[in-house]
Order: sequence, then structure tokens, then C-alpha cells
Amino acid sequence: MEEKRHIISVLLENESGALSRVAGLFSARGYNIETLTVAPTDDETLSRMTIVTVGSESVVEQITKQLNKLIEVVKVLNLAQRSHIERELMLVKVRATGELRDEVKRLAEIFRGRIIDVTESIYIIELTGEGSKLDAFIDTLKVTEILELVRSGVSGIARGDSSLSISNRISKNS
Amino acid sequence: MELTGADILVRCLKDEGVKYIFGYPGGAALHIYDALYRQDDVRHILVRHEQGASHAADGYARVTGEPGVVLVTSGPGVTNTITGIATAYMDSIPMVIISGQVPTHLIGDDAFQEVDALGVSRPCVKHNFLVRDVKDLATTIKKAFFIANSGKPGPVVVDVPKDVTANKTEYWYPESVAMRSYNPTIRGHTGQIKKAAKLLLSAKRPIIYTGGGVTTAGGEKELRQLVRRLDYPCTNTLMGLGCYPANDPLFIGMLGMHGTYEANMAMHDCDVMLAVGARFDDRITGDLTKFAPYAKIIHVDIDPASIGKNVGVEIPIVGDAKHVLSDLLKAIEKLDIEPNFEALKAWWNQINSWRSIDCLSYDRQSDKIKPQYVLEKLYEITSGDAFVTSDVGQHQMWAAQFYRFDEPRRWVNSGGLGTMGFGLPAAMGVRLAYPESDVVCVTGEASIIMCIQELSTCKQYDLPIKIINLNNRYMGMVRQWQEFFYDRRYSHSYMDALPNFVDLAKSFGHDGVLVENPADVEDALRETMARKDDLVFMDFITDPTENVFPMIAAGSGHNEMHLSPKAESKDAAPQERELA
Ligand SMILES: Cc1cc2nc3c(=O)[nH]c(=O)nc-3n(C[C@H](O)[C@H](O)[C@H](O)COP(=O)(O)OP(=O)(O)OC[C@H]3O[C@@H](n4cnc5c(N)ncnc54)[C@H](O)[C@@H]3O)c2cc1C
Ligand SMILES: Cc1ncc(C[n+]2csc(CCOP(=O)(O)OP(=O)(O)O)c2C)c(N)n1
Ligand SMILES: [Mg+2]
Repeated sequence: MEEKRHIISVLLENESGALSRVAGLFSARGYNIETLTVAPTDDETLSRMTIVTVGSESVVEQITKQLNKLIEVVKVLNLAQRSHIERELMLVKVRATGELRDEVKRLAEIFRGRIIDVTESIYIIELTGEGSKLDAFIDTLKVTEILELVRSGVSGIARGDSSLSISNRISKNS
Repeated sequence: MELTGADILVRCLKDEGVKYIFGYPGGAALHIYDALYRQDDVRHILVRHEQGASHAADGYARVTGEPGVVLVTSGPGVTNTITGIATAYMDSIPMVIISGQVPTHLIGDDAFQEVDALGVSRPCVKHNFLVRDVKDLATTIKKAFFIANSGKPGPVVVDVPKDVTANKTEYWYPESVAMRSYNPTIRGHTGQIKKAAKLLLSAKRPIIYTGGGVTTAGGEKELRQLVRRLDYPCTNTLMGLGCYPANDPLFIGMLGMHGTYEANMAMHDCDVMLAVGARFDDRITGDLTKFAPYAKIIHVDIDPASIGKNVGVEIPIVGDAKHVLSDLLKAIEKLDIEPNFEALKAWWNQINSWRSIDCLSYDRQSDKIKPQYVLEKLYEITSGDAFVTSDVGQHQMWAAQFYRFDEPRRWVNSGGLGTMGFGLPAAMGVRLAYPESDVVCVTGEASIIMCIQELSTCKQYDLPIKIINLNNRYMGMVRQWQEFFYDRRYSHSYMDALPNFVDLAKSFGHDGVLVENPADVEDALRETMARKDDLVFMDFITDPTENVFPMIAAGSGHNEMHLSPKAESKDAAPQERELA
């Protein structure tokens, strides 16, 4: 079956063991994780996680079902199945000396990056966008030397009305 | 009044209705043990190894449907339970395991007997908790029981640091718990059920394949009604035995690797399959590309992840087996369509001709004890009423084939993990749950050694289990594979230097009998089963060359079974059939 990139959003209880349960699930069942980001939401009892994975439809279906089975997971949404926005943050430290200083600045501007730290020989550039844009920027930076690079991994959100938040689905045992 | 965490814990168990806990003390659990000492409501059974505690609790759970409860100390105490936890997890058995932990301020310090209990158990639990504050203790215990025994059941570990068991708070046990993130689906989708009813009634070669989920749901009554209403053949997995009575003519035996010829052939040829509470395990399906090539499949399971995992299905229904079966029956009545009687008649003729091969036949003239014979006699002598536990190996398969279970929760074995050592401790749990009933542990000389220490527990608590050791001096199941697939290179499957089991049993304060001749089997069984108050270890010296048949080799299809030499002679070599 055809392997495709999927971006899965997970809303889960903001509890200490939850992240390791998700990571453990992926490693135990042999699913791959390309990126994983997680942070608390506006409701501090909940965390929002975005996972990028590659797999066939049936594998990704299993992934969403298995994620849903985790007790701390409240909701799961496969963003690849709907119109969505994804963004990634990159911080990159590059050599910027001599005439390269202007060249690198110009490139950063083209990509709508911001130079957020400057020394005599170094820039730190901040850039957000889709992964492919970050890749392209890294490519153009070949004119100089990349000293350090850090990417956040993807965060995603569905467009329009559909939102991944809790309705009042409360389960009770009798 | 404020109580200590330890007292709260024990009160919670009492208020949860727990009658027995299976455990073993140690440093981090000593406050809890002290609390146990000061009460009579919850009875503690002291095992001889924590693995035994976990299997005993599991056995208790399997026959009662209530969560089995384990109490152990930190470190080695909890790691010793992991095999038992994984066993329960694979078979969806509800358990609550309470483990002591080092005090909160020492967690992460490599403290004495510290092990990350949540970490080591995570891959084989339904959920686990670390209780950091005594104020959370009661609610956590309530949640643990709720999670363990709802939806698809499973084991839940609650790790309790020692200081939490010493700290005090007001005791209050919640009546119920609410969890926004956990909400199992019970009722099946009405539209899907209606579609399923139509498809079922349109079948020409139907089969109803059910598993452990029907037992869990308590859906045996509804299953029987449905099968009889439709007159369709029914097969059960190893885990589902007893849900449909083995002695009923519509039952075509267990399916899968060591299932009957008729069940596997019918699975292969069917055009409509209703699967209920069964998970299309690889011991059932064999080679997936050859699995049920003509079938449209309806799959009922409480776990959405179980549906479509291994096999594509036509009509998925998420829900509890009992509810869905009962709704399905109603949907069938409403439709007012009759099954295709003519096609059904031809289908039953076909099934009966497969049946006539008599795939479980074995040599009855042998001068060696045939294991099948022992189990047949055991079945007769106990009138099919005993609770039977087993270990893992050939003896397990023979027990499944030859003890004809007519009721669920009578057959107790480790199917998913296949844990040798399970049988004896599980039998202890069963006997405690049913102190008036016959409890038999069918085992092999290799398996029984793995938890033999529990004979001592049986002595302490007067548990008169009957142990049927089918002693073939081999790890028979391993030897069988080596005979078939490794050119008879019997690498390390031979049991050299076995103990004298009769003496061994005696040294634990029990009795034992050695049975070496086929002619003695029946009397020995009769005499032993009549000894209601004694644990008796019956050591049957069986034919070491006997193999389990039928057998589907891994990677083969259902229509590619190996038959016993006896049945082979009757096999009208599978003919080509026209199927659509
Ligand atoms: C040596 C050996 C040989 C074996 N050979 C065979 C063999 O020949 N044949 C065979 O059948 N097995 C065999 N097994 C066992 C096999 O490995 C599996 O354990 C077994 O087939 C699984 O049974 P099951 O499908 O009924 O699933 P179970 O493990 O019993 O799972 C139950 C299913 O029901 C679902 N469920 C739970 N509760 C409910 C509910 N309330 N409502 C609806 N669904 C629910 C669960 O989600 C799950 O999908 C063998 C094991 C060993 C060790
Ligand atoms: C703990 C454990 N280790 C290894 C195995 C692999 N195994 C499956 S059956 C078997 C042999 C069992 O021998 P015995 O108990 O004598 O039963 P028999 O097959 O001879 O009836 C082994 C080693 C297992 N299932 N469990
Ligand atoms: Mg053996």
C-alpha cells in the first residue's frame, strides 16, 4: 500500500506520564515518528500534540485507533484528511562576515525570516513556515556556513469550523 | 476521621467488594501489610513467588469476571509480576496490581529496591498510575477498578510510594468516577446492525466465529439464541470455548492452528462470516492472503483497534458483544426474511462430510498412555463440570480439544502470551472463587516446574487442586515443531533429570500418584477425583511421540491442514470445489 505523510493532532490530559505513553506506543508497534511537538493548551489541564508520521492508510488508521485507546488521550484528528495549516519554527545560527552579512540578510528577508541575534560574525535567524519552506531556506544558506540549527517540529491546526477541543463528553460508571 | 494511606487502601479494596488479594510483602509495602493485619474484610493469600500472585489473581478474574487483585513490594516484587501482567493483558483480563514504591523523595535516586514500575509495566498494562499524594489515593483506586473492568478489560498497575501509605487524610470512597478521556462504546450502531442482519440472512455458506469477547460480555445466552435461530455453524477460538456448548450439533469445534478440520474448512469456504469478540489472531488466520477468500465479514468488537487490524471487514460494529448480539437478533426478527434453507442444507452436508473425517481420532490400541485418552476420561469422570486450567504446550491443545466445555469461564488458559507456569497458580485463584468445585490443572512436566513453588501455597490454604501432569519427558510442543520443521533435530527440548513428581508433591505435604499403564488411567482418575479434600499430583507417563493434530503450519491456509495419521487415512483428499 502507498505510504503517505500524515499529520495527527492529539488532545490529551496534561499529565506527566502521557508523553511517554504516546512515544512508547509508537516504538512498541513499530510506527515511525518524523516529528512530535507537545505543549499545554489554553486549558492547562490539556496538552495538544502534533505528530507527523509516514505510513499506509491502514497503518495510520491503526495509529489513530491505538492513540484513542490510551486512557489519557481525549481526542485524535488526522489533519491530512482535511484542509489544514501547518507551521514549523526554525532557529539557525550562521556565519555572517564580510560581504556575506548583506547576502544572508537579504536571503532571510526573501524568506520572511527575522534576524534575532547579531554579533560581529554571526546571525541567528528565526523562520516559521511549512517544512518545505524551511528546507528551501536551509538550501539557500549554503552560501555561508550553518553553525547550528534547531527545528521545532510541526504544529498543525484544521482550517474553518472543525476544531479539536473537548465537548462535554464525560463518561460515568454506575 | 483521618486515616493513613495504608488503611485507606485496604478500606478501598473492601468498599470495592474485593474478597481476595494475592501478594507477597516487602519493605515498601509494609505499611499496607500492617493495615491488612488489622482487619478481616479482605483476605490476603500469601503466594511463594509474585508471578504466582499475578496468575492466581488472573485465574480468579477469569472465572468470576471480577478484577483479580495483586499486592507486591517495589523493585523485584513488581518485576516478578510482569509476566503475569502481560499474560492478563494479552487475554484482556481485568486485574488491579498494587505495588509498593520507595518514598516520593527518593524516586529517581536509584534508591534501594527502586524500579520504575510505571516504565516497566507500561507496554503490558491497560493503564497505570503513580499516586503522589494520599489525597488522590481513593479516587485513583476507584479509577483503576473502573478502567480494569470496563470496555476491553485489562490489567491496571497502581504504584504507591511508602510515604503515601503513611500520610493521613480523610477517607471517602467515590461511588463513581468521571473521565472525559475514557468512554467505551457499548451499543452498536443501529444502521450497521441492520446491514449485518441482511447480509447474514443472505448467506449461502455462513459461519459464526466467536472468541473471548463473548465471555467477557456475558453474551453466551444471546449467542446461543442467534446460532439456533439461524441454524448456522458456530466455531469458537481457544479463548472463547464454552460460549457455545461443545456438545451442541451446531458447534463445529475450535478453529485455528489446532482447530478441527471442519471448522477450518468452513472458515475457508464460507461466504459470510460473523466474527464476535474475536481478534483474528495469527493462530486463527494462518496466512492472511489465503484467509477466507470468499467471505464478506461482519466484525463485532468493543475495541475499534481490533477491527480491521489484520483482516479487512465489510461491516464493522463497535460495541459490547452481548448488546450487539441481542440487537442483531431483534433486527433479524424485524426483517422477516428467512435464511436460505436450501443453500444451508447443502452447506451442512458439506460440513458433515468434513466432520466424518474425525480429525481428532487417535490410536486407541496403543500400549502407551495417550494424552488424549486421559483427557477424554477426565471429561467423562468429571461430567464436564470441572474448572480446567492449563499450562502451555501440547497438553493445552489436547485439553482444549478433548474436554468439551459447555459453559464459559470454565476453561482457564493463557492464549495470547502462552505463558508456561500459568496453570497451577491460576487454579488456586479458581478454587478460591469456587471452593466447592472440582478444579483441575492440566499441565506438562516442563510447564509445571515453572511455578511449582505454589504447591506450598496450596498447602497453606487447603486448596485441593488436581494436577494432571501429561508427562511426555519432552517440551512436546517444541519437539513437535522440531520434528516437522527442523528435520528432527531435537535441540534442547528434552527434559533430562526430571524430579520424581510423586515424591515432590509429598514433600510439599500433598499426595501423588504415578500412572504408567493405559489400563490404570480410568481407575486412577476416578479415585483421585473422589478425594475432594486433597491436592493430588497425578503423573501420567504418556507417549512421548504423540503430536497435536490437526495442524496448520505457520504461513499456510485453512485448507492446508496436516491431519493425524489416523484421520489422514479417511481423508477424501480435499476435492476442488466450485465456490463463488
Ligand atoms: C500453543 C498455543 C496454540 C494455540 N493455538 C490456537 C488455536 O489453534 N486456535 C485458537 O483459536 N487459538 C489458539 N491459540 C490462542 C491464540 O494465540 C489467541 O490467544 C486466541 O486465538 C485469541 O482468541 P480470541 O480471538 O477469542 O481473542 P481474545 O484474546 O479472547 O480477545 C477478545 C476480543 O474480544 C474483544 N472484546 C473484549 N470484551 C468485549 C466485549 N464486551 N464485547 C465485544 N468484544 C469484546 C477484545 O477487544 C478482543 O478483540 C494458541 C495459543 C497457544 C499458546
Ligand atoms: C515461559 C515460556 N517459555 C517458553 C515457552 C515456549 N514453549 C511453548 S510450549 C513449550 C514446551 C512445554 O512443555 P510441557 O510443559 O512439557 O508441555 P507439552 O508440550 O510436552 O505438553 C515451550 C518451551 C513458553 N510458552 N513459555
Ligand atoms: Mg512435556
